[in-house]
Amino acid sequence: MAAELHVELVAADRQVWSGEATLVVARTTSGDIGVMPGHQPLLGVLESGPVTIRTSDGATVVAAVHGGFISFADNKLSLLAEIAELADEIDVQRAQRELERAKAEGDSTAERRAEVRLRAVSAH
Amino acid sequence: MGAQLRVYKRRIRSVSATKKITKAMEMIAASRVVKAQRKVAASTPYATELTRAVTAVGTGSNTKHPLTTQAETVTRSAVLLLTSDRGLAGAFNSNAIKAAERLTERLEREGKQVDTYIVGRRGVAHYNFRERKITESWTGFTDEPTYADAKKVAAPLIEAIETETANGGVDELHIVYTEFVSMMTQTALDDRLLPLSLEEVAEETAPKGEILPLYEFEPSAEDVLDALLPRYVESRIYNALLQSAASKHAATRRAMKSATDNAGELIENLTRLANAARQAEITQEISEIVGGASALADATAGSDR
Repeated sequence: MAAELHVELVAADRQVWSGEATLVVARTTSGDIGVMPGHQPLLGVLESGPVTIRTSDGATVVAAVHGGFISFADNKLSLLAEIAELADEIDVQRAQRELERAKAEGDSTAERRAEVRLRAVSAH
Repeated sequence: MGAQLRVYKRRIRSVSATKKITKAMEMIAASRVVKAQRKVAASTPYATELTRAVTAVGTGSNTKHPLTTQAETVTRSAVLLLTSDRGLAGAFNSNAIKAAERLTERLEREGKQVDTYIVGRRGVAHYNFRERKITESWTGFTDEPTYADAKKVAAPLIEAIETETANGGVDELHIVYTEFVSMMTQTALDDRLLPLSLEEVAEETAPKGEILPLYEFEPSAEDVLDALLPRYVESRIYNALLQSAASKHAATRRAMKSATDNAGELIENLTRLANAARQAEITQEISEIVGGASALADATAGSDR
């Protein structure tokens, strides 16, 4: 059996995903970081971006995460985000509408948020 | 039907209508408590993980941060009071307001100036009526607070803490909210939220004897702490908002339950009175008939002679 790490992806108001994984890739403020089982204890600040989780049965879970933290210790990885959505939950049309609206209004945070959502869906 | 009886009947009708309404409100509140409790439970994983992370940075590095440093002399404090938008919740709001007033008094005795921040229309109305100064207030979301609401509340508070006291900032932040202990018990309490004492946080969370691993910080311990602490404050405020909402619904449920019970009792008493009035009316009618009949009998008996 391949080594595994336990992942908890939690948003401020709910638990989004939890399970076993072999690799987690997330974007911190200093660049993308990949965490595999046995990684050194780590605590980092996340950028908004897609998070990719390779689960132990070979499937891939992609989530859009907006701000937050990644913390890893004792083979347990926690991804904390104020807002987090799994790619399956994202409403593509709504995100696209949001993107256009944000572009028109010059709202850079909303634009980035919509972009991250769309990227998460396309990576899925 | 006699006038007396008609009055009783009318009162019984109006009380039963009120009872139906309070019964409905009781049931609505009961279902909302469950929902609010579920929200509290759903926000717990985030709060625990965040607390763990804060503890990890706090114990794993000697970084200083405005949110964790205690001012040498505290001259000004902020008090955040959580009330509800609507009443009909028994002593819920007045308990919270009283707790806030006690705290304010204590702080003022210690020679601190107090800035009041209020959530909920009830608290705002109370302070406005007494013409007390409110630094900032928020209303409209107390029944079902979202994380975005908590962020909105936290932002100016964090800013005030980070500002120098001489420029209108504050040195410490207290929060007054109603803790949801159980369906029957909710207690208004005050808590010092900022400055954070990392040792206290560590004591609360870490099970005895657990050694926290040495973390590698990405990008650096200062940056992590910088990002982490405001989130921690937000999540604490979010939790307080949720507990306050759950408590409010529980208090409404209890108040409406006793209103329903009282209405039932009132109806029972009124029904007794109405029955007595009806009985008196019948008795009177019978005695009138009997009286009339005997008068007639007397009259006929007289004419016979």
